[in-house]
Amino acid sequence: MAGSPPVQLALVQHQPVLGDLQANLDWCCEKISAEAAQGADLVVLPELSLTGYFLKDLTPETAVRLDGPELERLITATGKAAALVGLILESDRFSFYNAAVLISNGAIRHVHRKVYLPTYGIFDEQRHLAAGDQFLAADVELAGGASWRIGVLVCEDLWHPSSAYLLSRAGVDLLLCPSASPGRGVGSGEGELGSATSYGAMLRTYAELFTVFAAYCNRVGFEDGFHFWGGSRLLGPDGQILAGPLDDSPGVLHAQLDRGHLRRARIAHPLLRDERFDVVQHQLDLTDDD
Amino acid sequence: MTDLSINTDLVSGILIGFVREEVLKVGARGVVVALSGGVDSALSARIAVSALGKESVTAVAMPYRESNPSSLEDARLVAEELGVELLVIDISLQIDSYFAAFPEADATRRGNKMARERMSIAYDISATRAALVLGTSNKSELLLGYSTLWGDGAHALNPLGDLYKTQIYQLARHLGLPQRILDKAPSADLFQGQSDEADLGFTYADADQILYQLIDERRSPGEIAALGLDPVMVQVIWDRVRNTQFKRQPPLIAKLSARSVGQDFRYPRDWGH
Repeated sequence: MAGSPPVQLALVQHQPVLGDLQANLDWCCEKISAEAAQGADLVVLPELSLTGYFLKDLTPETAVRLDGPELERLITATGKAAALVGLILESDRFSFYNAAVLISNGAIRHVHRKVYLPTYGIFDEQRHLAAGDQFLAADVELAGGASWRIGVLVCEDLWHPSSAYLLSRAGVDLLLCPSASPGRGVGSGEGELGSATSYGAMLRTYAELFTVFAAYCNRVGFEDGFHFWGGSRLLGPDGQILAGPLDDSPGVLHAQLDRGHLRRARIAHPLLRDERFDVVQHQLDLTDDD
Repeated sequence: MTDLSINTDLVSGILIGFVREEVLKVGARGVVVALSGGVDSALSARIAVSALGKESVTAVAMPYRESNPSSLEDARLVAEELGVELLVIDISLQIDSYFAAFPEADATRRGNKMARERMSIAYDISATRAALVLGTSNKSELLLGYSTLWGDGAHALNPLGDLYKTQIYQLARHLGLPQRILDKAPSADLFQGQSDEADLGFTYADADQILYQLIDERRSPGEIAALGLDPVMVQVIWDRVRNTQFKRQPPLIAKLSARSVGQDFRYPRDWGH
């Protein structure tokens, strides 16, 4: 439905309190409710917005379950709108995932468990977390009607182009990219952090080549000396920045998603139509003997 | 009550090996131990003597004019028993000179300044002997944050940091430290009549039980209360542990570059040794 009303998007650059689940839950519920009351159809919060990022041994202490009271509260706070919230998800077998949960209209619509857990440099996620193993899309009705196919990539997932490719194969219209990216690299000539330059390049590439909307929501604040640089933004399906980027302060980026824009971009550049998934499939299936 | 007793032969063997190897492989010739007259520093010195020989251990007692005189006597006793050199350096002059400008300073502030003065002296002496400063903080103190940041908390090596206070006594008995040292009440001796357990509001025996469940067994405060331990004290101790985490960490460095000291520049401490 290219003629359906635009989706009002709110990207919330949250500064969670490290390890304080209740305080962050209160804050997130309030913020989601307030944004929804002001007309937001989809509210996106950063990676691990319920817990903070460098949790280390706090990981199991700040975990929630899908059937737990925390999700109940988030579902209530979201009401008839939709929201994406980052949290530590505990499984029945006591594994802990870095997850993003997509809620809409009174139910959990999709759970993405971060697949790529960075364990190098400043990162130590595989010490504390279990890895997800799939990239799936979910259909969510937004703005009172149109169904949007949404895929989620959490932070490091973005650094593997196959992640975005698989979601493109699944037919997504909108990539949601919650992030807790610590800033590093002040020597670049770009006038911005090296990490910001990298994310900017990846987001632009994915948005343009997969002709999708890409919403990046990074957190802000400091943890143990690490600076989270914000920079939340919305890119259109031609790769252009439609809103943002924000700076590194707490704030909300409001933007609109128009299905007509998606349609026009895919007419102008029918890259999805022409994509040879069969070639990819065939080649990945080849063994050394072939 | 959980039995926290340790295999003292095994532990003393490991700690003696630890001090010997970590001192000698970096090219140091010995250690400097600040002897307070208490059981922790006596035990550290005792381990160092077994590791390196008494000639390689320098003991330093650093009384302030208001310190309990028995502390210095106990330090002398330990040094004599171990056969190590004891330097006695009175810190009254510099402490009084400094606080002449701050007559309002309370006992905590004065005690912390003294602890840092002692650290500064131990490091100065260690440089004259190509020695390392040996620490004396036990696991109970470290977890409770019951120490002076960059004072008694500052040293090169610490053989005692993974032993609870109750285990320190067990090992000290095993290694034959003087009974007088074992019998006295634990005191930071920052002012006369000070007692650790009065300061803290609980005994080490009780605290160690709770710390063991919180840290070693990773039980939550709720789970520990279900074991029959006092839930109020469990919460007090857990709050103390959380609120003093900064004391157990190096200073924070603001991350800027691609590779930063303390964060992702991760060569081992024993780099090249």
